[in-house]
Amino acid sequence: MAKNSPRDIEVKAFATHQLITQPNPLRKVLRRVGEKDMDDPVGRAEQALAGLSGEFKDWMAVEAGRLAAAYAAVQTDGFTREARDELFRAAHDIKGDAATFGYPSAAVIAESLCRVIEHAPDLARVPSELFSHHVNAIQAIVHENTKLDSLSVSSELSRRLRSVADDYLAHVNRDRPEHLEAILAPSIVPGE
Amino acid sequence: MFRIDFNKLRFLVCDDNPHMRRILRTLLHSFGAREVYEAEDGATALEMYSHYVPDIVITDWAMPIFDGLELAQMIRQPESKGNPYAPIIMLTGHSEKRRVTVARDAGVTEFLAKPISAKGLYQRILNVVANPRPFIKTKTYFGPDRRRNTSSAYMGPERRVGEKHEVLQQPSLLDKARSSI
Repeated sequence: MAKNSPRDIEVKAFATHQLITQPNPLRKVLRRVGEKDMDDPVGRAEQALAGLSGEFKDWMAVEAGRLAAAYAAVQTDGFTREARDELFRAAHDIKGDAATFGYPSAAVIAESLCRVIEHAPDLARVPSELFSHHVNAIQAIVHENTKLDSLSVSSELSRRLRSVADDYLAHVNRDRPEHLEAILAPSIVPGE
Repeated sequence: MFRIDFNKLRFLVCDDNPHMRRILRTLLHSFGAREVYEAEDGATALEMYSHYVPDIVITDWAMPIFDGLELAQMIRQPESKGNPYAPIIMLTGHSEKRRVTVARDAGVTEFLAKPISAKGLYQRILNVVANPRPFIKTKTYFGPDRRRNTSSAYMGPERRVGEKHEVLQQPSLLDKARSSI
């Protein structure tokens, strides 16, 4: 359904580019409804997501275990390309998923770890404690984050780890302005 | 007010993380979608893209071997036999400006930063369905117009020339397409 025939596609050629327009191939799925329409697809989806939440703890444990395994491989083999990429992907997945799973502090720590992996000029020279503290903190949050009173602890832990990592990155990238800019720049993408 | 008939849309979801695929599937089915195809890497997604001809592609960025960026670049091949125009929503943990620019230059239509929300995903889908942008083809780019709006106060260099008065007469893709039929 999505593809228009070539006859529907209009091309205007300019000196440096072509502008290609076509009738909206998805227009048929748009339906006008009245103001009284009660259908709430977003609410329905949020309810469905809440229905999955019983599995989030187990999922998060799997993600944390993957991160620990990736770091163990780094400790054994060093920062080979494969080991480095797997450690980054494991941390990156936690950065993206953990807040959805109810572990926002783990997401913050995972983001901090991703930044270290991405911006440290030489991973072999990064103090190993910087990695182990990140990995261990995520394990601790995932396995002990069942009580409300631990939330403030995990929040403070994530804040301090991020601060230490940022100080380190700012120091080792002091002569690498493109990395410094990326480290200091805020996210520009809205979540919603 | 408009609603989307999700049951008429075909989705392709590409993410190497099974948990995220499950969440995406759950959200899309809750919106009303029936056809949701899933791939765990870019290469499989590209095969499924050719086979199922999805209306909308939702892809993660960071995946082993063949990532979401490469998937977008492979889909946005103007001379390919497949559909190079399908909306691509990149769902990713990357949210730095540099990354967004790279994704935009690969032909990604919409960018949605994780953590995912039902509202955020719905709005991106609504946007690509209701407000498709024209495509631009240059020597180095093929994809949705990267200018989402125009500003009369813009003071920088004009990178596109010939917008109004320097239109060159040259065979268009349409003419080429017609002549090949």
